[in-house]
Amino acid sequence: MLLRHTPKEITERSALTINPAKTCQPIGAMYAALGIHSCLPHSHGSQGCYAYHRSTLTRHYKEPVMAATSSFTEGASVFGGQANLIQAINNIFTVYEPEVIAVHTTCLSETIGDDIPQIIAKARDEGKIPPGRHVIHANTPSYVGSHVTGFANMVKGMVDYLAQSNGHKESRVNIIPGYVEPGDMEEIKRLAGELGVPHIMFPDTSNVLNGPQTGRYHMFPPGGVTVEELTRTGSSMGTVALGTLASGPAARALDTKCKVPCEILDLPIGLQATDIFIDTLRQIAGVTVPESINIERGRLLDVITDMHQYFFGRKVALAGDPDQLISLTQFLVDIDMWPIHIVTGTPGKKFEKKILEITKDVPHPVNVKSGGDMFLLHQWLRSDPVDLLMGNTYLKYIARDEDIPLVRFGFPILDRIGHSYFPTVGYRGGLRLLEKILDALMDRQDRDAPEESFELVM
Amino acid sequence: MEPVIFEERQTQIHRKGTQPFDLACNKDSLAGAVSQRACVFCGSRVVLYPIADALHLVHGPIGCAAYTWDIRGALSSGPELHRLSFSTDLQERDVIFGGEKKLYRALMELIERHSPKAAFVYSTCIVGLIGDDLEGVCKKVSKKKGIPVLPVQSEGFKGNKRAGYHAACQAMFRLVGAGDTTGISKKSLNILGDFNLAGEIWIIREYFKRMGIEVVANITGDGRVDDLRRAHGAALNVVQCSGATMDLALMMEEVYGIPHLRVSYFGVEGMAESLYSVARFFDDPEMMARTRELVREELAELYPRLQEFRRALTGKKAAIYVGGAFKAFSLVKAFRLLGMEVVLVGSQTGTPADYQELHDITDEGTIIVDDSNPLELSSFLKEKDVDIFVGGVKERPIAYKLGVGFCDHNHERKEALEGFVGMLNFAQEVYNTVMSPVWQFVPRKVRKAA
Repeated sequence: MLLRHTPKEITERSALTINPAKTCQPIGAMYAALGIHSCLPHSHGSQGCYAYHRSTLTRHYKEPVMAATSSFTEGASVFGGQANLIQAINNIFTVYEPEVIAVHTTCLSETIGDDIPQIIAKARDEGKIPPGRHVIHANTPSYVGSHVTGFANMVKGMVDYLAQSNGHKESRVNIIPGYVEPGDMEEIKRLAGELGVPHIMFPDTSNVLNGPQTGRYHMFPPGGVTVEELTRTGSSMGTVALGTLASGPAARALDTKCKVPCEILDLPIGLQATDIFIDTLRQIAGVTVPESINIERGRLLDVITDMHQYFFGRKVALAGDPDQLISLTQFLVDIDMWPIHIVTGTPGKKFEKKILEITKDVPHPVNVKSGGDMFLLHQWLRSDPVDLLMGNTYLKYIARDEDIPLVRFGFPILDRIGHSYFPTVGYRGGLRLLEKILDALMDRQDRDAPEESFELVM
Repeated sequence: MEPVIFEERQTQIHRKGTQPFDLACNKDSLAGAVSQRACVFCGSRVVLYPIADALHLVHGPIGCAAYTWDIRGALSSGPELHRLSFSTDLQERDVIFGGEKKLYRALMELIERHSPKAAFVYSTCIVGLIGDDLEGVCKKVSKKKGIPVLPVQSEGFKGNKRAGYHAACQAMFRLVGAGDTTGISKKSLNILGDFNLAGEIWIIREYFKRMGIEVVANITGDGRVDDLRRAHGAALNVVQCSGATMDLALMMEEVYGIPHLRVSYFGVEGMAESLYSVARFFDDPEMMARTRELVREELAELYPRLQEFRRALTGKKAAIYVGGAFKAFSLVKAFRLLGMEVVLVGSQTGTPADYQELHDITDEGTIIVDDSNPLELSSFLKEKDVDIFVGGVKERPIAYKLGVGFCDHNHERKEALEGFVGMLNFAQEVYNTVMSPVWQFVPRKVRKAA
């Protein structure tokens, strides 16, 4: 038992996180920046940070992940990282020739107090930024928030630096997809296309981190939102932001800066959240929902009704990021499952309130914690066991020790494929989630059934 | 061709035969270059983490602990406390007011709950800046709890992984000398620089056992605190992965007079020579006879099977890019044994002596490179039209995107690659990937066939 060290009794822990259900801001900022076309994310800190982020993203996506670093040494840590960053900007534009460098800070450069806008301005004055090229930035101290916060900050940075209003409102909608997978972003674009809504989605990691085998190595893969598109987001007629935490700040910034009104919705995971997403797009763009989308919705509903007897009363424990968990919990409640232990590492008390609201009719006590960890989740479910675990790869320790089936969902997934290609958003994504949940539950039922009640037809 | 090489990096790349050999290395990475290197903390963490009955607490923001949670497949035959992730998860107010109290509480709680044999406390960038007195807190807890609590001075910005290895060695050295050494055989040694990936140290221990040698401490694969504490009772230190643990061997030599031998368990030559050099050290004819017998037995088993692989692989081309250069020596020889040609070899942290040795053992035309980056590596792979690339996690997808076979010789290896059996596993793995039918579909091969 790998986790034999987990005691059942829960004591207050104030100084310690065990088996985290989050990681730090910069990796989220790096992921977001990869969703800009021809952008090199840049970590303003020591070499280890970006090595870890690149390794983790590579393990999750099985794709090369490009980023640069200021390579702080002891000197930079004493005298500040200005010289390193200016040299880096110069080197990057000289050799790698990206259109954008997206700088994010680290705990090191934040604590030293490097003023990134001032350094960027200096680099521009010194002619280190070629005409038509851009350097944007986000402050992402690792000791505040989590990877989700870092993602949100970098997406906001895209607005702060690049969005511009041309004085008109063009009939086009901005979509901020949230901290979701490349396959999810593709699906969100497809749905908008199916509805006939002209749109700009940012960031967009599809075709960056789920690219095809071409026999060629591209430092900057073909996907990603372009700078030109990012500029035009300031003249769109509205913004649909998916995920309060990951997309809210950018949407509000766009409203403030360019007067583009926004709707901030939950991530379109599950039936109801997707309904709201589709309906919002429909209203903003003034379109009608085509039959093709009604059919997709109908299919999801069909499976929900066909299989509801297998969902009823099954208890689930969840670990992940707030935006995802809110929609997922709603979906599980909608199909009559009981999400009873829900933990996120990301701090923020609103999350707990919202989850308790969603689960208020679940006929079972519900544990929820923001700023929690997987150690706590394990303690909860040792006292009150569940039928299913949903969350990232790190839940596999608990799954093995407690012999509970696990559906991989969230970030990171280091031991399976599929998450970067097949969406969990939209009606089709809902279908995929149901398939995964049913596979896990029914495989378990088959495994555990005594011979006489081992059933062919289920 | 697109410019892929920074002017400043020209001196860190050498093509054998073109000019006198003088490779620049040991340099800080160029700011802005996409280096494949990591930091001090990373170096300390990978070296110490396999000590399975110690508590490993990362003092810093959550990332440093999250990214190093059980990432190196260092197997333990007993306790698995090392596979959990403990962090003080520093928040903004800790950065302002200091993290010492939090660290103290975290240590006290963890030691109470898990009763570890010792605790390692890793310092991170931020701790170095806010000036927490790690040493002081560790001392206080150690006194209260009666176990060694060891600060690891691994602030990330202090250098690259090598500085982290040094910090790890310093922390371990504080354990050495505290244990009782009675009953340790005169023919005994410590294994340094093996991390028991895929169970490799168990293979090596078995060889030493067959030679009649007692292994006192595994440093650090499947390592135990008490073994480290009595490691000074061993007659010899055998050091592999010299970058990581050589500092410890040198400290033990200076203080306890324990000599060391550099060894390598990769490849047939390296493995056999390592065992022979240990036998020669003990100057025992019977041990030497047993060693010869061991090597003979293993080779009799291995060679016929290697020949099959060799027939298929002869003439294929290999590229190597690894963390430490020591691994590259063995790999060059191992590929030669398989009839393959090494056309590119490089490392993240090699020293001038390392690169000289690489230069000496490679063929004309081979590219030798220090602290490379994906763009350079991919251009070399294409230029040399290689069949297999050996590297770590960040190199794998580069190879696959180009349509080139790959073998992980780093943390993510799934098969033991050390020992004689490891050579066979390596050959099998190389064969599997180089000869895989999947490459027939990749554009690189399709274009060539057309």
